[in-house]
Amino acid sequence: MLDLNFIIPEIFLTLSILVFVLIGVFVKNSFEIIYKLSLLLIFLLIVIIFSNNDEYSKIFNESISIDMFSIYSKILILIATFFILFISKRYIIDIKNNKFEYPVIVLLSILGMFIMVSSNDLIVFYLGLELQSLALYILASIDRDNIKSSEAGIKYFVLSALSSGLLLYGCSLVYGFAGSTNFETISNNTQAFNVGIIFGMVFILVGLAFKVSVVPFHMWTPDVYQGAPTSVTSFFSVVPKIAGMAIFIKFMYVPFREILEQWQYILVFMSIASMILGAVGAMAQKNIKRLMAYSSIGHMGYALAGIASGTENGFKSTLVYISIYLVMNIGAFGCILLMKRDGKYIEDINELSGISKNHPLISLGFLVILFSLAGIPPLAGFFAKFYIFMSVIESNMFTLAIVGLVTTVISAFYYIRIIKVMYFDDPKKSFERFTDYRIHGPIIISCILLISFFLYPSFLNDIVSKIIIF
Amino acid sequence: MNFPILSAITFIPIIGALFIFLTRSEKDEKNSGAIYISIFTSIVNFFITLFVWYSIDKTTSDFQFIEEYNWISGFIKFKFGIDGISILFILLTAFIIPICIFSCINSVKTRIKEFLIALLVLETFIIGVFCSLDLVIFYLFFEAGLIPMFLIIGIWGGPRKVYSAFKFFLFTLLGSVLMLVAIIAIYWISGTTDITEIYQMGIPSEYQYLLWLAFFSSFAVKLPMWPVHTWLPDAHVEAPTAGSVVLAAILLKMGGYGFIRFSVGMFPVASEYFTPLIFSLSVIAVIYTSLIALMQKDMKKLIAYSSVAHMGYVTIGIFTFNKQGIEGSIVQMFSHGLISAALFLSVGVLYDRTHSRLIKTYGGIANFMPKYSFLFMIFVLGTLGLPGTSGFVGEFLVLVGVFKVNYLVAILASIGVILAAAYILWLYKRVVFGKMENVQLKKIKDVNLSEAVILGVLSAAVLFFGFYPDPLFQTVNVSVDNLINNYNTDIQQNITLKK
Repeated sequence: MLDLNFIIPEIFLTLSILVFVLIGVFVKNSFEIIYKLSLLLIFLLIVIIFSNNDEYSKIFNESISIDMFSIYSKILILIATFFILFISKRYIIDIKNNKFEYPVIVLLSILGMFIMVSSNDLIVFYLGLELQSLALYILASIDRDNIKSSEAGIKYFVLSALSSGLLLYGCSLVYGFAGSTNFETISNNTQAFNVGIIFGMVFILVGLAFKVSVVPFHMWTPDVYQGAPTSVTSFFSVVPKIAGMAIFIKFMYVPFREILEQWQYILVFMSIASMILGAVGAMAQKNIKRLMAYSSIGHMGYALAGIASGTENGFKSTLVYISIYLVMNIGAFGCILLMKRDGKYIEDINELSGISKNHPLISLGFLVILFSLAGIPPLAGFFAKFYIFMSVIESNMFTLAIVGLVTTVISAFYYIRIIKVMYFDDPKKSFERFTDYRIHGPIIISCILLISFFLYPSFLNDIVSKIIIF
Repeated sequence: MNFPILSAITFIPIIGALFIFLTRSEKDEKNSGAIYISIFTSIVNFFITLFVWYSIDKTTSDFQFIEEYNWISGFIKFKFGIDGISILFILLTAFIIPICIFSCINSVKTRIKEFLIALLVLETFIIGVFCSLDLVIFYLFFEAGLIPMFLIIGIWGGPRKVYSAFKFFLFTLLGSVLMLVAIIAIYWISGTTDITEIYQMGIPSEYQYLLWLAFFSSFAVKLPMWPVHTWLPDAHVEAPTAGSVVLAAILLKMGGYGFIRFSVGMFPVASEYFTPLIFSLSVIAVIYTSLIALMQKDMKKLIAYSSVAHMGYVTIGIFTFNKQGIEGSIVQMFSHGLISAALFLSVGVLYDRTHSRLIKTYGGIANFMPKYSFLFMIFVLGTLGLPGTSGFVGEFLVLVGVFKVNYLVAILASIGVILAAAYILWLYKRVVFGKMENVQLKKIKDVNLSEAVILGVLSAAVLFFGFYPDPLFQTVNVSVDNLINNYNTDIQQNITLKK
């Protein structure tokens, strides 16, 4: 009975989802009420998780671990989901997607992520992962009358199911050779050159890499990002990445920490490849959602570089990176959701041409966010990269650091290209003018956070430094 | 001193920019409120800087006015402090920015409010570079300057502004990311990024070579040195007048300052080792870019190439490691800051009237613009280093310094002086004297009051420091002595270690 105390958030979330489904079934046009209830629920969950943050334990036969690490990830997931639901309401209504299922599916996916990030056991982990993924497939194709959205959903489903299969196979190999599904036991039973476990580790790595879309398992990202409705894209670009990176860290540092030499080089390769592909691939893109897809591949490459360093500072800098990435991406997608003209949402970058004349404040906000994404000081994006490279150089991986920094320059090119279109080109017709505190609020908050981060740059480090993972 | 005066001079401009941001933009593009605020802030800042210059203790080489705050808890402190070398650059910055603001009131036609904001934000970042005593803080300000400068070139620039802005941004960013790697590496080697502590501890000589190269890549692009100077002519030509002035007068000096403070100060062994590299690149820069300058048809491009040549003297002077050389290059940077700013403003005066920067458009304007021709003359003579102008002092000392070290370099560098005279006098002859062939020029008006005041102030400064450069030397004297002493002890230690 005591164990249940620790998973109150999950229980509360599950019960609320069931209640929401009932409300949705019996009340007509219930999108509005369920949307509001979901925001309230997320808010309450944040409060509950915060209020219970000094009791850590491994529960249910050590298959779930509630600790600072999982709490930090959960808070990030909740904050991101809250703001993304917040900014995308107008869009959901405009594309007539205001069905009550939408918030419910989002909640289901974060339930999956909750289970995933706090798992301490292969089976629990897989359960959470699949719950999350199934919800995401539906989200990608939620605009079911739009052929692109359906295509995105199918594509995502087929490829992701394949990767889940590989991951499950890896789990079974690890179980077979380590004799347990518990993370700690696996790590205790692992010798340095256990071929079976290394095989299993590689398969699990493939599955995880697919979920966070790092090269060479990134192929689905641009298509799914472009095809899915923008509200869903903004969700995809942030929330599953947080959960994926968190569980990535957990896998590398807990069950596989004895075979660090084996996975380190794989991660270095994936990280370098993602940084390069993210930078080069985005250059020629005309569609801003596709560009954001490549940009997120690149950013995941940087986040992975922190893990690849294999040190304690390494995974902490990854957590900091993900947190700042969250703020930047929410702001960026807020700006993308404002690109509306004649009742249609626009995704072509060239249509942004000269908006700084007609919409000076929005373009200023977008400017700050883009420079931050490019990692130019004194904005927060710079510090995110700075911490990553601190830990990378700490473990003497100069190649990774130099490649990473050179790709920063290359990727700066496409970010400042958007700025060029906004500021240097001649103005076209202005966008629809509307003030929606739901979109402008988060953009302003994100800009203020990004600019003022340099006043207290160790804000996130101070929190993250308390995390003990093993 | 308890009052954080360095933070004040650094952040006053950005506070001014914030106020400008809050003023209402008027539709008729005449934002007098924004203009007054920006003039007020920049002039107040200039006077505070003068006060700092006056009150700085010129008899000690220690860093003064030190401010220290906890910043990234545990490992990086926000540390400000200046010595005799940095105060000169701060003074130059605070002096040039008000001049830019005065000049842009007439010449910037669109979005003047945003322009002033960008200029003031840029001032904050530049002063921050010269004040910072921590490598990470230094890097922060050094890079942040890219954002406003990119926007200044891109929004208010000429026809090829996009190409130039991108080239400027990517070149400089690429140069400085390697410096970031080096900074982080220094942190893991010596456990701190505090410059004063690193000076005391020294960096083991086996690491110095790679670190030096990483810093070099950044400063060489910024300065710029041959062969990475190609962004400079493009950026200068396309930038608006005020942008060119800031770029030539101050931004380039960050490279020279970096060489003195970091390359020589932190990596003496590597600096000595790489001196031949610097000398050869600088000599090539002096001669080659002077020759290119001779061929230019565009006035701004000509001045841009002459800047590269003059920066060649600066690097030669710094790497002589003797007092004349280093002091000479500091004075050379200071005087180039004044003279190049004035030259770009002079070209801007002509450009505002005829909208052409080509030399062949002009000719024989002496009769129509006598005052202008007189002022322009002073700056032309300053460029070629005529005794009595500040340009002479710097160049002369650099050549004296380098004669002690290396005859060949000295002789080759002296050729540059002759070439400078050739290109700049030829420019003056073609623009000011001769027959007036362009009929439209007959309507051209002489400088108006504000232009005359700006150019007059600059020419007074050029002549003052030409006849009486002592204030500059008094300021830098002790700091340079200390720098050279440290350098020599480090070199000696290294030699004994090797034995």
